[in-house]
Amino acid sequence: MTSIDPGPVPATAPAVLAGADPTGTDPDGAPRTIGASMPSRQGSATSENRVVNAILFVVLALGAVVMIAPLLWMFTTAVKTTQEVFALPPVLWPSEPQWDTFVRMWTEAPILSGFRNSFIVATTVTVLGSFTSALAAFALAKMRLPHKNVIFLALLSGIMIPFPTLMIPQFVMFSKIGWVDTLLPLIVPAVFGNIIMVFFLRQYLESVPNSVVEAAKIDGASYFQIFRVMILPIIRPAIAAQFILWFMTVWNDYLAPILYLNSEEKQTLQVVIANLNVEFATQRDYPLIMAASFVALLPIVIVFLIFQRQIIESVALTGTKG
Amino acid sequence: MSQTTDTVTDDGPAPAGSSTPPARRTRSAKDSNRLHRTEHRWALLFVAAPVVGFLTFTLYPILFALYASFTSWNGLGPMRFIGLDNYAALLQDEYFHQSLFNTLFYMIGIPIGLVLSLLLALALNRRIVGRTAFRTIYYVPVISSLAAIAIVWQFAYNGDFGLVNQVLAWFGIDGPDWLQNTATVKPALIILAVWKGLGFSMLLYLAAVQSVPQSLYEAASLDGANAFQKFRTITVPMVRPVTFFLVITNIIAGAQIFTEINIMTPTGGPEFSSASVVWYIVRKAFQYQQMGYATAMAIVLGLLVMIVTVIQFRLNRRNSFSID
Repeated sequence: MTSIDPGPVPATAPAVLAGADPTGTDPDGAPRTIGASMPSRQGSATSENRVVNAILFVVLALGAVVMIAPLLWMFTTAVKTTQEVFALPPVLWPSEPQWDTFVRMWTEAPILSGFRNSFIVATTVTVLGSFTSALAAFALAKMRLPHKNVIFLALLSGIMIPFPTLMIPQFVMFSKIGWVDTLLPLIVPAVFGNIIMVFFLRQYLESVPNSVVEAAKIDGASYFQIFRVMILPIIRPAIAAQFILWFMTVWNDYLAPILYLNSEEKQTLQVVIANLNVEFATQRDYPLIMAASFVALLPIVIVFLIFQRQIIESVALTGTKG
Repeated sequence: MSQTTDTVTDDGPAPAGSSTPPARRTRSAKDSNRLHRTEHRWALLFVAAPVVGFLTFTLYPILFALYASFTSWNGLGPMRFIGLDNYAALLQDEYFHQSLFNTLFYMIGIPIGLVLSLLLALALNRRIVGRTAFRTIYYVPVISSLAAIAIVWQFAYNGDFGLVNQVLAWFGIDGPDWLQNTATVKPALIILAVWKGLGFSMLLYLAAVQSVPQSLYEAASLDGANAFQKFRTITVPMVRPVTFFLVITNIIAGAQIFTEINIMTPTGGPEFSSASVVWYIVRKAFQYQQMGYATAMAIVLGLLVMIVTVIQFRLNRRNSFSID
């Protein structure tokens, strides 16, 4: 999956990326990474070019409005009264914002338990799963193990099978041991490791010379010590990037949770809002539905805004959405 | 993306300086097995979790699914072996055909999204004020919860008070009730998919466009090429690996489209016009308890996705990494 990076940056040395960050720009929008080509660009920055850029700015701004409008509308609807939601001509911003919607939703809908369940699933999966994935990546990249290639290829072939093909047998398996309507079927399969993560961490470790590991062995370090003291610090940035992407994926997951979680207090946030959408639409309480949906996507949007540089770098480099 | 191949030989990494002559396969492999027994044990322990996970949650279920697809089974009672009957029934099942057609129809959004995102990437590659902010805004839908997005878009597509028709009304257009109409429900879902995926493709294209050597464009300018010619003969071929990657990953994801269908059209749309394959599988398996039949559909879907994935792996390998 790394082939999508046709650039000069070797995928095995992501540390270099910071310098080659294609997305890092000054606030005024001047790219600081085009480097050598900049002077010639500036030289040809004719008035015609400036006109083109101005037109493009307008087009991009209109596009940005389209991209953000549904999300803004979600928010404004949440603070409207029910009458304003259906008013014609439409109300853009309510005369008296009903901030109360964001208060009453916690008692009128199981949003708190949804948050708790989503948080339990996403945190357990990503923390434990990142550990098992990193350990496996270390063994596959830096240790002697007979048939290592066969093992790695088998694991990779596993991710070719889409979840819908596996979901029925998995469901039957978990229902036999009484795990339906618990969070366990969402957690347990994932803590055994994420093969995409293993793949990228293994690739990342290729840039670490074997001699480093060999030297530590001669010094008498145990393999787990080598992993903890030497390998983990090296791959930490790669783990962090994959961790965030994975957390987002688990947080936003919908198909597996709706198969397993029946009772309200067990449901993850995505299932909760989907059910609210059905339940409260008949009561025409759209403000509540929109408030809950808005709050459901807020944590991930905030995480994205904080870590956007790392996330965008990682996505551009690996082509993983998570 | 040069990679050393020594780390993936069967008996592990050869320490620098100890590279053995060709004879190593026969003699040294055995020696090293004895020498490195402790290391082998630890390595095995370290890869144990993903291997056990693979055996339990992938290999066993897929073998089970293969068997179940040849049975008549409600998920609880005994499985009755019926041979290829489920697969034969698939050929007759008009709902399955319709859901397959719908799923393929949604893929019209893939080329539309790619063209738009490449144009976006080219625009954002220029010195435009606020391009970082644009990039962030265009990316927000990608990271947003699809369930929440589907809910707001379902509301936005409402014929009477939805945002889409409100905007259309400004231009004097009387929009339809998008999701209740066989002619508009699929385009509506395609628009949503394009909107949500745009930022991701744009980002990958942006990285690709920025790595095209500027000298190529300069040389073309000297030869008198105009902007469109440069785009066609330099940009498009240079970003082809990204295009290919995006086409394949979009096909894989598109084949599994479910969330927005289930939330926005809970009954599969008017006259079954929005139901996707996965939606139909879920319905058959978990509402009608036709687990055997649903599994057969899931196997067909899995085969289609796997074929596409294998193509991706093959071409990917040629472009970048080598596994051995």
